[in-house]
Amino acid sequence: MLSLYDAKLSSRLLLGTARYPSPAVLADAVTRSGAAIVTVSLRRETSGGKTGGAFFELIRQLGVRILPNTAGCHSASEAILTARMAREVFSTDWIKLEVIGHHDSLQPDVFELVEAARILCADGFSVFPYTTDDLVVGEKLLSVGCRILMPWCAPIGSAAGPRNPSALTAMRAAFPDVPLIVDAGIGRPSHATMVMELGYDAVLLNTAVAGAGDPPAMAEAFGQAIEAGRLAYRSGMLEPRDMAVPSTPVFGKGVFA
Amino acid sequence: MTLIINGETQVCAVVTLAELLHILEYDGDWLATAVNGALVHREDRSDQRLEEGDRIEILAPMQGG
Repeated sequence: MLSLYDAKLSSRLLLGTARYPSPAVLADAVTRSGAAIVTVSLRRETSGGKTGGAFFELIRQLGVRILPNTAGCHSASEAILTARMAREVFSTDWIKLEVIGHHDSLQPDVFELVEAARILCADGFSVFPYTTDDLVVGEKLLSVGCRILMPWCAPIGSAAGPRNPSALTAMRAAFPDVPLIVDAGIGRPSHATMVMELGYDAVLLNTAVAGAGDPPAMAEAFGQAIEAGRLAYRSGMLEPRDMAVPSTPVFGKGVFA
Repeated sequence: MTLIINGETQVCAVVTLAELLHILEYDGDWLATAVNGALVHREDRSDQRLEEGDRIEILAPMQGG
């Protein structure tokens, strides 16, 4: 069972709630995915907060853990204030910490990220940092109090899948006891299976489900793909070989000529 | 007085942040507020006096990835 901070979770899928065709489709997708955690955000609202209230009620009825994010923040101070406002609204110390450093790639600004993580961890937050696959940054995040790392595998929303599996493998080896969650860049269930086969503990995704032709069905597909990858990782996979190895025994074959 | 509310300039005859939320019909328990870049907790909104030119953020839950 997956342990993240104070929680033991039945699912290794964390699902985003953005960009679905309708609230009903979102709810169906969450349910069929089996996800135990969903990500949410905070945004300005001018209609007396009514839309936000309706969305919050929908999420509460799903009975899953809520992981607020700091998406769109470009500085540590902005992310810290957003995190504190999220704690007030969602009544949770969990925060998915995003500090964006580049407008096109949405690559995290790891310097601001580490600074924000340091302050938020000291303030009692359980920080889920959206980071790169850089090992030194990972070490810094752990040293300031993070107990989870969430490297991207490709840019947010790109659906490109793991661009650098070797770096993800190195990260798994460098932090054997730290929960590692691939966050961002997953496009297909096979991508999720691949990172789970590398030994990752969970996958966080949004667009790959929300943007699918049938989001609830795709959500279920991802749930199964993640389960399959995890089971494979724990079951001792074969290493690839250059030459063929007959699977049917050669000994005892009939001789006809 | 003139206030900047969620980035828009508005003229409001209020004394406190709680009064401002009331006249703008923000009445849910799911809102987060900040004044001039500092969080104002729910229980402190009645004591938070507003001044000319204050920048106020009123945020609500929204979809996110």
